[in-house]
Amino acid sequence: MIDKFVHSMADAMTGIADGSTILLGGFGDVGIPTPLLDGLIAQGARDLTIVVVAGGRDGSAIERLLSLGRVRKMICSFVRPASLAGRLFQRGELEVDVVPQGTMAECMRAAGAGITGFYTPTGADTLLAEGRETREIGGKLCLLEYPLPGDVALIEAWNADRWGNLTYRDSARNFNPVMAMAAKLTIAMTRNVVALGELSPETIVTPGIFVNRVLHVPL
Amino acid sequence: MAIAPLDRNGMAAWCARDIPEGWLVNLGIGIPTLVADFVPAEREVLFHAENGVIGVGPAPAPDAVNPFLINASTTHVTLRTGGSYVHHADSFAIARGGHLDLCVLGAFEVAENGDIANWARSADEPVKQIGGAMDLAIGAQRLWVVMEHATKDGQSRIRQRCSYPLTAKGVVTRVYTNLAVLDVTPSGFVVRDMIPGMTLEALQERTEAKLHAETKA
Repeated sequence: MIDKFVHSMADAMTGIADGSTILLGGFGDVGIPTPLLDGLIAQGARDLTIVVVAGGRDGSAIERLLSLGRVRKMICSFVRPASLAGRLFQRGELEVDVVPQGTMAECMRAAGAGITGFYTPTGADTLLAEGRETREIGGKLCLLEYPLPGDVALIEAWNADRWGNLTYRDSARNFNPVMAMAAKLTIAMTRNVVALGELSPETIVTPGIFVNRVLHVPL
Repeated sequence: MAIAPLDRNGMAAWCARDIPEGWLVNLGIGIPTLVADFVPAEREVLFHAENGVIGVGPAPAPDAVNPFLINASTTHVTLRTGGSYVHHADSFAIARGGHLDLCVLGAFEVAENGDIANWARSADEPVKQIGGAMDLAIGAQRLWVVMEHATKDGQSRIRQRCSYPLTAKGVVTRVYTNLAVLDVTPSGFVVRDMIPGMTLEALQERTEAKLHAETKA
């Protein structure tokens, strides 16, 4: 019987190695798997690269992880200078790679989809393209981008069954489905547990084949 | 006649007036977000939010906030009947793939060749804040900018060439400022509308780029 449920945070976090690249779902305060991030903090992995839309608000779990010095590099689309990430970066204590948000999503999609590189017009005419490979395609200058795979993805779901089939709540979907596809080890937390067969096949957003572990974290 | 520059809501309303029924529209953060408030509910315009919402509705009543539903400004919103959700890669496929009839962004500067600068005031700025602007700017069928005509210290934001790092080249098609509506054309900025009391000469005095009068067909 396939059963991807784990029954403790420690089991959910088993095997996350130092130096891992961690994909973190969420946008704003919505869809961020904060309990899993707290679990990662307790688990102790360090020298991490985290991939997340923005640098983390004051008091957020991302900020807690940064404040403990556990993150070497952050790949994101947006950092506020006054945030902890912004201050760590300016002090040389954190590497930050700022990527256009759509490119970031597509790089992870490419990683999950086996696309080894792609050209996009996004950013091609900007200083982000300096020193990088560009090419004119169909009259548009385009920039070569590479896939962005994760060692681990931390996902927030709304419903999950024991095969790891997931649905999301409203705009909490955001990065979670592409990150689930792009990581070697996808760990989802779910607010609700449903029996296998209860989710209509037409409404499953992330099929369980992309999910390795599920932890039930009730609201 | 004394001139009264528009406030943020005035600029948003000016822009909203020109959005026809049926368009799919992405609104950037800041003044553009206000535009939705000035599109009457009976005019069916679909608003797209980069975090994967198609059919963004107005703000919820204080006692009816859905904590799982926000827009790109991370403000709580509602979903219109008929709305839908997509994940982030599909949301930006909508933007990049030319599926947006219109994107409305704020900016620091717009140039007469359609260049837009809206993410950094200097190439040396240590901390970068790009977000989704570059993807939205290159992908939408039309890119309109809503911004003040000048900076707080009086520098024109309507320019021959942008002085700040570019978000994208040659993409802006129209600008709504607190003084005028300008179209970006192959011959430069064409003045489509001005606030009451404003003249082309007075507007030109406040504008670094050359302005052209609209030629009546």
